[in-house]
Amino acid sequence: MTTASDPQAGRLFAALPTQDPPAMARLHERLVDQAQREGVLDVAYRTLDTPVGRLLLASTVQGLVKVAFAVQDHNAVLRRLADDVSPRILEAPARLDEASRQLEEYFAGRRTRFDLPLDWRLSKGFRREVLTHLREIGYGHTESYAEVAAAAGSPRAVRAVGTACATNPLPLVVPCHRVVRSDGSAGGYAGGPDAKLRLLAMERAA
Amino acid sequence: MRRPFEQIVAEYGPMVLRVCRAVLGPQDAEDAWSETFVSALKAYPDLPPDANVEAWLVTIAHRKSVDVTRAAARRPTPVETLPERPGVTGRPEDWDGDLWRALKALPARQRQAVAYHYLAGLPYKEIAALCGGSTDAARRAAADGIKTLRGTYPRLTDQSGVTR
Repeated sequence: MTTASDPQAGRLFAALPTQDPPAMARLHERLVDQAQREGVLDVAYRTLDTPVGRLLLASTVQGLVKVAFAVQDHNAVLRRLADDVSPRILEAPARLDEASRQLEEYFAGRRTRFDLPLDWRLSKGFRREVLTHLREIGYGHTESYAEVAAAAGSPRAVRAVGTACATNPLPLVVPCHRVVRSDGSAGGYAGGPDAKLRLLAMERAA
Repeated sequence: MRRPFEQIVAEYGPMVLRVCRAVLGPQDAEDAWSETFVSALKAYPDLPPDANVEAWLVTIAHRKSVDVTRAAARRPTPVETLPERPGVTGRPEDWDGDLWRALKALPARQRQAVAYHYLAGLPYKEIAALCGGSTDAARRAAADGIKTLRGTYPRLTDQSGVTR
């Protein structure tokens, strides 16, 4: 980081650590606390290790706004959140304690539905209608894309239902993995086809 | 397209802490750092995307350091009355008290010029804009500061293992 004209002079400061992880951890925590208190922490996030890989969870003050799989590239997801929601983003796990707890219970087979405040702002229009309907598909059940289209009031919009599922900002919590092809095969998934099969198998077994 | 603020903290946080420590010493540096980053977080959405983030943060840190220095001057127990050698807390992050004693002895202007140039990499022109005075005056302040430090803080390169 030192771009000084005289490297000899820069060496005078060798006693001042360039990296001080304990101090940074302390200061980061203090920053999160103060940002929360002053209402300027627009997006808090954390990661959570699960059987379908590491998840990124992000929350606004309204509620959970984004769940992303590792294959979606967490850094890219955070950059999009900076654009779409706010760049005031900090890693602040406390705001996601409840979401993390419920997801852990879900993966342990002890939870069949999520009870969390959700921030729907990343989904609009027909897609959002589709996603709202998905919350009614119960644990261990599936519907075909065509059935979901019919339930959403647009039986011909099968492809649009596929898009709504593919762009679901809140996978797992809004169970787009329960929407499968009419022939019974699983179809695509933001977390990858293996993750979808794994979730469906897990719910069937429970 | 703006980066998430978390990345700004990770990338520039350590540099700003070094600058605050060099300008304010171990006692007040963390207060100044906190004030700087809360203030930066608030203003961040309005920062032009092509802005020089490093210079922006040092500018805020400079203002906060001035505030912290003023607040410290109003404290009932001034820093000067503390024992010459700070108590050993055993924390690994405690940095060398000798360096801070040497820095503290410099005029504030020189200490700022040295820190902003050698630790933050700010050009003298920007340091002048920040601290007042001309670019040449900023350059001289940094040079004088370094010259004094070489005399008052003599351990410098000998122990770094680079020159021997």
